[in-house]
Amino acid sequence: MDQKVATQAAATAELTGAEIVIRALKDHGVKHIFGYPGGAVLPIYDALFQNNELVHVLVRHEQGAVHAAEGYARSTGLPGVVLVTSGPGATNVVTGLTDALMDSVPLVVITGQVATHLIGNDAFQECDTVGITRPCTKHNWLVRDVKDLPRVMHEAFQIATTGRPGPVVVDIPKDVQFKRAVYLGPDKTPPRDYHPRVEPDEGAIRTAMHLMAAARRPVFYTGGGIVNSGPEASRLLRELVKLTGFPITSTLMGLGAYPASDPQWLGLIGMHGTYEANLSANRCDLMIALGSRFDDRVTGRVDAFSPGSKKIHLDIDPAQINKNIRIDLPIVADAAHALRRMIAVWKEEKLSADPELGSWWKQIGEWRARNSLSYRNSKKLIKPQYAIDRLYALTRGHDTYITTEVGQHQMWAAQRFKFEEPNHWMTSGGLGTMGYGLPAAVGVQMAHPGALVIDIAGEASVQMTMQELSTAVQYDLPIKIFILNNEYMGMVRQWQELLHGGRYSHSYSEALPDFVKLAEAYGAIGFRAEKPDELDDKIRAMISVSKPVLFDVRVDPHENCYPMIPSGAAHDEMILSDADEEPELTDEGKMMV
Amino acid sequence: MPPQDDRSERHTMVVTVDNEPGVLARVIGLFAGRGYNIESLTVAEVDRTAHTSRITVVTSGTPAVIEQIKAQLGRLVPVHRVVDITIEKPGIEREMALLKVAGTGEKRVEAMRVSQVFRAKALDTTHSSFVFEITGAPDKIDAFIELMRPLGLVEVSRTGVAAISRGADPM
Repeated sequence: MDQKVATQAAATAELTGAEIVIRALKDHGVKHIFGYPGGAVLPIYDALFQNNELVHVLVRHEQGAVHAAEGYARSTGLPGVVLVTSGPGATNVVTGLTDALMDSVPLVVITGQVATHLIGNDAFQECDTVGITRPCTKHNWLVRDVKDLPRVMHEAFQIATTGRPGPVVVDIPKDVQFKRAVYLGPDKTPPRDYHPRVEPDEGAIRTAMHLMAAARRPVFYTGGGIVNSGPEASRLLRELVKLTGFPITSTLMGLGAYPASDPQWLGLIGMHGTYEANLSANRCDLMIALGSRFDDRVTGRVDAFSPGSKKIHLDIDPAQINKNIRIDLPIVADAAHALRRMIAVWKEEKLSADPELGSWWKQIGEWRARNSLSYRNSKKLIKPQYAIDRLYALTRGHDTYITTEVGQHQMWAAQRFKFEEPNHWMTSGGLGTMGYGLPAAVGVQMAHPGALVIDIAGEASVQMTMQELSTAVQYDLPIKIFILNNEYMGMVRQWQELLHGGRYSHSYSEALPDFVKLAEAYGAIGFRAEKPDELDDKIRAMISVSKPVLFDVRVDPHENCYPMIPSGAAHDEMILSDADEEPELTDEGKMMV
Repeated sequence: MPPQDDRSERHTMVVTVDNEPGVLARVIGLFAGRGYNIESLTVAEVDRTAHTSRITVVTSGTPAVIEQIKAQLGRLVPVHRVVDITIEKPGIEREMALLKVAGTGEKRVEAMRVSQVFRAKALDTTHSSFVFEITGAPDKIDAFIELMRPLGLVEVSRTGVAAISRGADPM
């Protein structure tokens, strides 16, 4: 065969469906995939076996694969890739998909399916994967014809990563994985007709900047959209905040986009936000919402949310505008594109903040002086707040990534750990998935081998996906699981105390494992601290160990997480500490989650 | 904050979608999952070469809910366009219905007389029954059905609304 004929043959060579999947992953720059094999994906696993460029991370449960891929995606900005089998493999990814959809995490999840002729026959390990995952994905596909597979794989990456990012599922029957078709690369496949708006409306930007220049009590309220837009959006946000001199608060998902050490930073907003952040939101005359979605954890009672302000709302997803809160000026665009224009207009028109801004800052200073994150420390018991403060102090100077589970420990971490950079904070915000943090840490550490990756955990949450410690051991991932062990589902206990007369129905963990022995059983390292004065040395030891660590920090079991806006209350009805008189909760409030 | 308008309004949305498997399930699932109403829904492929279908959905809700429905529909990947034909592009709405009416004597004669007034067509006739076809705005069909009820109405089959904008321009 001469050269020309050989090249032509190579260009039109047919690949099996399984090989097409692997080839497409490579063409989209994928380096790592998280998965678990099974009958309906064996051809893809076989193709993977013959390919040594992709690193596959074998998890212990498919939910762990999705959370690991989420951690990977959120710490890198790249899409996370998951490979699981049909039936239970697919149903086990549903929690992770919903989590990723709520928090806008780009994922490409490939599921095996029974052979096309068996679909609908209740075959072994068959389930209607596209039906089950339709409401918890941004889009999904069942590929019945191998000829469609290259195009669908490229579309999957396009949809997952453009516009508002999100998870997609590609369901591939086993016979399609064996059949052959010509593979065309992403550059030879026309993209899907999907064009989310990226560029802002120029008129809206100008109006926004004039509103900002005229505002006397403005506040930026920023969210995960800044982080998702990429590092450039965070850089531009910092520039705009400095340029205007306005105060800034952020949602749980937005932490790190603006440095927490900066004096213009007011801290977290919302149910467990700071006094100064929530009072600023309540009393401002202009709220500039950037990539945030007025979630109920942020707004509290909607009819009392920031009642006297005009609201500017920048979001890439038009469905977020006017969803929970009426918006005066919507801007539908990508955050970085809009911020770039906002800065340019502010400079071009030589705008400056209203002189009244000084008295607004003075007012904020008074709120800040309440020191709403303070707590009463103890010499005998480790207070959870103290543990987080020490962890923060002793990890400074390291390249630290924090993941969390869900509950009190998560809120304390969000309040107290000071994030300076985006993509360093991975938490389950929208769905509130207990068990997120440990597998997410696995994904983060896979992407950042030299970094210090810590899962700030609760002893209840961490047991939901504890088996992923085995994954960390298998791949030498030195993740640190820092358990604030209060023997309770702490946030459940706190709500039962506040709302249900202290009847602690099933929120106490009666039979906890010995976490130190558990760590050893997995081949990891276990630590335990019971007294405040043990903490520093053991945290240092934890950091210096180059193996996975399970650190059982025995904290005060009765500590509550404050400040808190009780459900159904307004931002100026915060409880600051146990000593505060508890406000009478309305029936409507009790009904809310 | 502008005052919230709590009045429920009926709106007709015309949605252009890729005709691919599952697209109708996505639209219906969206309405069910987010608690929106569907009063009627009509769907068929309208462009075979472009593989696009047109869904006409009649829904009701407060202005805020209607705005959300339009935005949420627009988020679906196979959805190309959503037009609220009730406010954006005033249009014509038509529906077809088939009615079976059984009876004899004066009722049978009256049924035939009413059908002529409404320009309904008798598609099937026996000595004791008619099947009528009627086309018109949903209100007209409602009125026809009400008039037929005492005259021996047996059953009704309705297509749901199809809608198009007025004038020379496409939507």
